[in-house]
Amino acid sequence: MFKLEKRPSPSKPWILATPILAVILTMIAGGLMFAALGKNPFEAIRIIFWDPLFSQQFAAYSRPQLLVKAGPLILIAIGLSLGFRAGIWNIGAEGQYIMGAIAGASFGLTFYPTESVWVFPGMVIAGALGGWAWAMIPAILKTHFRTNEILVSLLLVYVAEKFLASAAVGFLRNPEGSGFPGSRQLNRIEAFSNPELIANTGMHWGVLLAFISVIAAYILLNKHLVGYQIKLAGQAPRAARFAGVNPTRLILLCMGVSGILAGLAGVFEVTGPAGQISIDFNVGYGFTAIIVAFLGRLHPVGILLAGLLMALTYIGGELAQLMLGIPASAIQAFQGMLLFFLLALDVLSNYRIRMRKEGVA
Amino acid sequence: MKNITKLLTGAALATGLATSAFAQDDPLQVGFVMVGSINDMGWNTGHYHGLEAVQEHFGDAVETTYVENVPEGADAERVLTQMALAGADIIFTTSFGFMDPTNNVAERFPNVMFEHATGYRRDHPNVSTYSARFYEGRAVMGHIAGHMTESNIIGYIASYPIPEVIRGINSAYHHASEVNPDVEFRVVWAFTWMDPTIETEAAQALIDQGADVIMQHTDTTAPLAVAAEAGAIGFGQASDMIQFAPAPRVSAIIDDWGPYYIERVQAVMDGTWESGDTWDGIGPGMVGIGEMTDAIPEEVRASAQAMVEAIAAGEYHPFTGPINMQDGSAWLADGEVADDGTLAGMDFYIEGVTGDIPN
Repeated sequence: MFKLEKRPSPSKPWILATPILAVILTMIAGGLMFAALGKNPFEAIRIIFWDPLFSQQFAAYSRPQLLVKAGPLILIAIGLSLGFRAGIWNIGAEGQYIMGAIAGASFGLTFYPTESVWVFPGMVIAGALGGWAWAMIPAILKTHFRTNEILVSLLLVYVAEKFLASAAVGFLRNPEGSGFPGSRQLNRIEAFSNPELIANTGMHWGVLLAFISVIAAYILLNKHLVGYQIKLAGQAPRAARFAGVNPTRLILLCMGVSGILAGLAGVFEVTGPAGQISIDFNVGYGFTAIIVAFLGRLHPVGILLAGLLMALTYIGGELAQLMLGIPASAIQAFQGMLLFFLLALDVLSNYRIRMRKEGVA
Repeated sequence: MKNITKLLTGAALATGLATSAFAQDDPLQVGFVMVGSINDMGWNTGHYHGLEAVQEHFGDAVETTYVENVPEGADAERVLTQMALAGADIIFTTSFGFMDPTNNVAERFPNVMFEHATGYRRDHPNVSTYSARFYEGRAVMGHIAGHMTESNIIGYIASYPIPEVIRGINSAYHHASEVNPDVEFRVVWAFTWMDPTIETEAAQALIDQGADVIMQHTDTTAPLAVAAEAGAIGFGQASDMIQFAPAPRVSAIIDDWGPYYIERVQAVMDGTWESGDTWDGIGPGMVGIGEMTDAIPEEVRASAQAMVEAIAAGEYHPFTGPINMQDGSAWLADGEVADDGTLAGMDFYIEGVTGDIPN
């Protein structure tokens, strides 16, 4: 009946049209699901996509929150996208994010109490190093012992989570917290805090850095030799070797950069919006960022938009729970539909659909 | 859980952080924030039953909303703010990790009342805290466990090494060893509140070590499923878990938040709400003891029931001396009763409990 014919190169118009089409299809399918749950589908869709941005009641608060939620997603996804383009699969950004936060918080709390303005930059550097070091474990195991970085980086997430729990009830526990788990409130201590840079915008150092990383990645990929090597290694590994790309160096570089960015996201989160090291400090940014990276088609600008879209569905989804009593699992299914349609429609950009006459072999 | 937008059209919220407009004739808006799913059959289901109790008691006079699966930290702060912006008059935040977000948001919405479960911070006059004396229930379960074990090994699945959990272990051990001096506790730290896989592994490991009674401070029914297969017994946790009765579930510690929630909502309606700290147990009904099944010998049921009644009447305190600390040094003298401050921050084992509290 139908035949898929590979296009010589992805269709430009379809690349731009598929995200919009996917959102429309999600609204239809999601609307049907909400209707089946006995909720008004038009109201639900409006609350998810429109109210966080434009409702008089919520927008003044939720618009800045969009940046707060999207910031770490974009920052981590940018780092991951470099490796993904080169065929280096760091799945463990969640762990690097945790270790960045722990390293940053530990550095700062060593100096408690302090008013020095140099402590915060130190925490940021410590956070970057924490994320980097955690990413170097799968990187070096891969370059020296040929282990699979997908498995090692993923499993190290669970190690990092145990370490986090241990830190929250052990060496970072707030000594004035009556024995309860959790560190001091870092965002309440001036020397450790990562505040809003402009009031009521949600813009903190981490969000700013996320925007800078988008620009830097764009320049790197389009103007710099390393960017060329990354793309070549992903598309044609053999050709890359002949072109003098050193795979070991590339692995260390891509894993290192993604670890550093994840670690920075962690330290800015723990000193800012999250505010403290707690047992459940990590809420899945490192995993969601993988989705954001692919949703953005591994392109820096695409990642920026994908991060904002994911943040919108989170915040709008919470509003829909609150206003309409839609269960959280239905919201997750709705997010899942969005990803499904976006990725499924990729077929249209990469393939041409042809009708085939019945009976012809 | 009806659509409440139309009630709010009058609420002008130009700054985005203004407080909710509250007119006397409108239904009172009651919000709940849950850390997990309301269908977890444990902790969150317990709070959801509380929500239902409020709705049932007040009928059209209240409108309840909830948001579930809210991560602790920045996300909780956002959900709370949005709830307050949506016009909530009182918000119950039902997990320890919501402590700082609750206090941060309360500061910005002085006309919204906040009720935080299991925490200790009341930074602002519109924040209250509440918790239940689960250790009273653990005393009863420990009593039953001590009587019923034949191997004299009781397995205990603990979640996190925090005072609440340590208190539970001490209370259960104290009352198990009281009726059975040979009893030995094996504690496994799961480092999670809720993870069926880890809880299954922990329960299996304990049974492999010879435990024939499994106690749990984690929230799923997984340990009971393991106990059922091994022929061991266990207890319902947070919710009744009655589907495992008459065995392996022989009784249960049930969280019953309904009466407290109704009382506090009523106080907001009457304008008598005040910041405070509530720590209620079996007496006021915040801790319930699930039906003791026939799997428990009749005389043990009777003595356990007597203990429940003595605790409820205030005649017996589960931490009554003489009790020593783990290292043998004195903690409570004969007849002395533990004070709430020490209990709230309990970070030590009592004498007889083996092993160390992890860090």
